[in-house]
Amino acid sequence: MSRSFRAEIRENRPVNANHNLLTLAPLDIMEEPRPGQFYMIEISRGLDPLLKRAFSLFRRTRDGFQILYRIKGKGTSILRELREGTIISLLGPLGNGYPLPAENQTALVVAGGIGIASVFSLVERIEKRAHLFYGARVGDEIFMTDEMSGYYRELLVCTDDGSCGRKGTVVEAMNDFLSDPSLEGKEPVIYACGPQPMLREIGRIASAKGITAYLSLEEHMACGIGACLGCVVRTKEGYRRVCKEGPVFEAGEIVW
Amino acid sequence: MNLSVSIGSLKLKNPVMTASGTFGYGEEYAEFIDLGRLGAIVVKGLSLSPKEGNPPPRIVETAAGMLNAIGLQNIGIGRFISEKIPFLRTYDTAVIANFFGDSVDEYVQAAEKLASAAGVHALEMNISCPNKQAGWCVFGTDPKVTREVVSAVRKKTSLPLIVKLSPNVTDIGLMAKVAEDAGADAVSLINTITGMAVDIRTRRPKLANITGGLSGPAIKPIALRMVYEVYKAVRIPIIGMGGIVSGEDAVEFLLAGATAVAVGTANFVRPTAAAEVLDGIMNFMEVERIEDIRSLTGTLHAG
Repeated sequence: MSRSFRAEIRENRPVNANHNLLTLAPLDIMEEPRPGQFYMIEISRGLDPLLKRAFSLFRRTRDGFQILYRIKGKGTSILRELREGTIISLLGPLGNGYPLPAENQTALVVAGGIGIASVFSLVERIEKRAHLFYGARVGDEIFMTDEMSGYYRELLVCTDDGSCGRKGTVVEAMNDFLSDPSLEGKEPVIYACGPQPMLREIGRIASAKGITAYLSLEEHMACGIGACLGCVVRTKEGYRRVCKEGPVFEAGEIVW
Repeated sequence: MNLSVSIGSLKLKNPVMTASGTFGYGEEYAEFIDLGRLGAIVVKGLSLSPKEGNPPPRIVETAAGMLNAIGLQNIGIGRFISEKIPFLRTYDTAVIANFFGDSVDEYVQAAEKLASAAGVHALEMNISCPNKQAGWCVFGTDPKVTREVVSAVRKKTSLPLIVKLSPNVTDIGLMAKVAEDAGADAVSLINTITGMAVDIRTRRPKLANITGGLSGPAIKPIALRMVYEVYKAVRIPIIGMGGIVSGEDAVEFLLAGATAVAVGTANFVRPTAAAEVLDGIMNFMEVERIEDIRSLTGTLHAG
């Protein structure tokens, strides 16, 4: 068993105009991933693009796993063109992943846009326990909700323009939930992945309310295995590597 | 087939090493590659006290390469000796400690401290990292200062001393000659080439440090040219590096004058890259019926 392995593309299908769902089946024995971990994927055998690209584990399948990704630059534009049957090289699972909530804790899972690609693995693992707050700018960027149903306890969709679900941000929705009297006597714990301003705001709220929040961060990565020191984030303990000590950090540790 | 080469008094079982800063302290790669296959491991650059490094973003990919401005983040020589060397010593490979300082005195102290640790087989002086803002960067670009700092370190250690040269100079052959005259046992080149990248939407540099060091296949032709120039200028061994991703790339460097080679950015792309480069060299030697790797060095037929 090695964290360096090959996998065959089983499916690489669009879920909307600029997001794809990639289904992979390992050809070598793969290490069992934990929610919130990620993979470095070789996009091409050529020299440009050169580096592997980091993608979160979206969900485990019976004989492999899936990656949900946004087509954003050169690497992902090449990735979207890869067809069924293509064999790719990967490293992973990498990073620490989300610590699972204790039995008595109420799990709030917050996804901003493509952040759903990271947190859904946790929603699935803690079956029917997650209060999932899923937000995007517009309704077209909310997807896969049918496939996810049955795994969360509750789903609250928010869009900035109100074109799908509640009008407003997931942070507002999460804050309202935390202020609800029905939460009295329960211990909430927050898990979040999304744009940096969203994570920062969640961190601020969590700290003000004395709640633990786990944030999954993103940084440019070269190696993904802790060697290049490229993906650091500033913490109370100094710079820490997103690929190794992260990508999940306790909000209180981060120095924004 | 003989693969062994000598760098001063240091014997390497093969000419493939890792470039400083691209291989951590070795342990990060141990689960992916047999460290014992490497001729040497050159560890991440070390200083007397730990260094925090630059704010992020520290890296950005560019065409067939990448820019980095890590800022020499490292755990310091003390922790390297107590926490990293014991692990490295369990492998049959040479350990080369890359180091730097902010003054001639710091270079000397760092070299002495590293030389006193069992398990360090050679020293590589970084006089060329382009990421520091302060004036010490002149160590690698002003021949007089280069001579002073290399001589000072040379006097204090009997370990094989490699001087890593900056490509950000007009005449790298001259810099190599200065290092040789000051007592270096070998030179290694090239370090990264200073460059930058711009985000046209935000109109900001893509690196927080504004500039960074360019590495990867994009710089290979420049690195080869510089190895060729240095080979004509000095008699000491050259460790060639800059964009090597295959055995063929490595052989190009050997022909241009290198005695050994280092694999750098390719380690980030595939953690097994250094072993693949070694396999590629061996394959080339077999196909070309070359018995001794040393017979390749500097045998370019140039005009």
